[in-house]
Amino acid sequence: MTSLTTTWHRARRTAEPRPRFTNLVRAEWTKLWSLRSTIWVLSGSGLAVVAANANGAYADYRNLPHYDAAAQAAFTPGWAAFDAFTSLAATLAILAMSCVGAISVVGEYSSGLIRTTFTAVPARGAVMAAKIVVVTGVTTVFGALVAGISFWVSQAILSGRHAGLSTAEPGALRLVVASALLAPLCTIIGMALGALIRTTAATIVTAILVLLVLPTAMNENRYWGAVLAHTLPRVAWGRLTEIQEGAGPSIVSPFPWSVGGAWTVYAAWAIASILITIISVQRRDQ
Amino acid sequence: MIEALELTKRYGRTTAIHGLTFTVRPGHVTGFLGPNGAGKSTTLRMILGLHTPTSGDVTIDGRRFRDLPRGLRHVGALLDAGDVHGGRTALAQLTALAHSNAVPRRRVLEVIDLVGLSTVADRRIGTYSLGMRQRLGIATALLGDPPVLLFDEPLNGLDPEGVLWVRTLFHQLAAEGRTVFVSSHLMSEMEATADQLVVIGRGELIAAQSVADFAARATGAGVRVRSPHAVRLAADLSAEGATVRRQGADILEVSGMTAARIGELAYTHRCMLQELTTRNASLEAAFMELTADSVEYASHDA
Repeated sequence: MTSLTTTWHRARRTAEPRPRFTNLVRAEWTKLWSLRSTIWVLSGSGLAVVAANANGAYADYRNLPHYDAAAQAAFTPGWAAFDAFTSLAATLAILAMSCVGAISVVGEYSSGLIRTTFTAVPARGAVMAAKIVVVTGVTTVFGALVAGISFWVSQAILSGRHAGLSTAEPGALRLVVASALLAPLCTIIGMALGALIRTTAATIVTAILVLLVLPTAMNENRYWGAVLAHTLPRVAWGRLTEIQEGAGPSIVSPFPWSVGGAWTVYAAWAIASILITIISVQRRDQ
Repeated sequence: MIEALELTKRYGRTTAIHGLTFTVRPGHVTGFLGPNGAGKSTTLRMILGLHTPTSGDVTIDGRRFRDLPRGLRHVGALLDAGDVHGGRTALAQLTALAHSNAVPRRRVLEVIDLVGLSTVADRRIGTYSLGMRQRLGIATALLGDPPVLLFDEPLNGLDPEGVLWVRTLFHQLAAEGRTVFVSSHLMSEMEATADQLVVIGRGELIAAQSVADFAARATGAGVRVRSPHAVRLAADLSAEGATVRRQGADILEVSGMTAARIGELAYTHRCMLQELTTRNASLEAAFMELTADSVEYASHDA
């Protein structure tokens, strides 16, 4: 145990290194990838989302010749766009990504690790900021890959019937970007709920209620129902992936709203969630 | 050096800690004693800034811990060996903590070796026994080579060899001039581990002194004598300066005199002895006596 003594005296002589945010990012990166579940959840849900979209496109590929002439004519771009990122795929992505975000925070509370973490780094806000950077960074890449591959695969399948979209189609790129960003958006919302609620089951149930159940409970045919619905991330995603108003499965709403409004909803939820995640750890006992 | 000044913590209407003032000095192993529920863990969490005191203040080397940007080089702590994620390996957990405080990788391997976890460092913590987790917790505390170390019940789950190792380690850390603060609810554990004590009960300070001074506070130290000539012997012993208390017809509780001297006097005064027992003032006795009024969860005979 001589090493203990010598290093300590050496450490006393050398000054403490300046605290750097990048060190916290490295720590969170190590934490994320040292859990086996990370790679399994990301690869599993990624495959599920792409498969859901490919399956939707394949169903239309098979059925397209049997549609009536009007439906065939109207298929591209609206329905083709729908197959690029289906509603089922969005549900799967929302579920998986909000859980990834929630678990990254709640996992520390349920195990007690949070006390070890905050004892090593008393600057709690900085820890949470680093965690946000790492986890949402990874799910942004996840979202980009999954949305990109989904678009490419689904439209490649539909092109077998000359019904595919190109990214040059107006709104096609927005569809891909909005679907990609749905992943980090749900991740940060999951993190914020986790930081507020701190227990696994309650956090995940709340995330599902807010992100998946609430949108189905709103009646968009009434003014206030539409206003409330338009504040929800899932509904905003639906608006952003609508390539033309009233095209495909989307119904012309009596209370239409703009693409800009939908982007604002994305941004507002993201900013609020970031603030909640960082601020909620500051004052409460850990 | 840890300085707590009028530390008070309330949770709703419950007062967990009330006006606690004490100082933990470097160069000593200081035991932090109290019955279960006395507020030891709450106090340690307040020292580490994890819980905010309702009033009062606690500083480490003159600074509040929460004001430090990074902690590992200032304070090493083992609060609960379970404060880990079972899905990670020991190596991953220590590596992540080392990154956060810019501690070199060499030091990670050093502490793993020091606590004897080298052969299992790449196994998931979930598969560890409590004793192995305690060792990992100690490795975590030592990672930043800090001048102040806090341990909450570190001997739980360790085998006798592990207990001996931890004691030796604590003495060594203190000998190097570090502040070592170790909590326990078992007095017997502290007897061989600490040389200073902070004793609390129901959130209030009961004693802050050296182990020797604390033990001396215990009553009940002395010699128990049984003799059919108890009355005559009591007079003889008192005449020689002993303090004698009669307990029943033939039993004396004698203090201020050794058993050898009592035997000698009984012999010269021709008193037959049926029993001559020395009762040491154990820390355990002192502790039980002083905390008797402040046990939170007392058991009662049915």
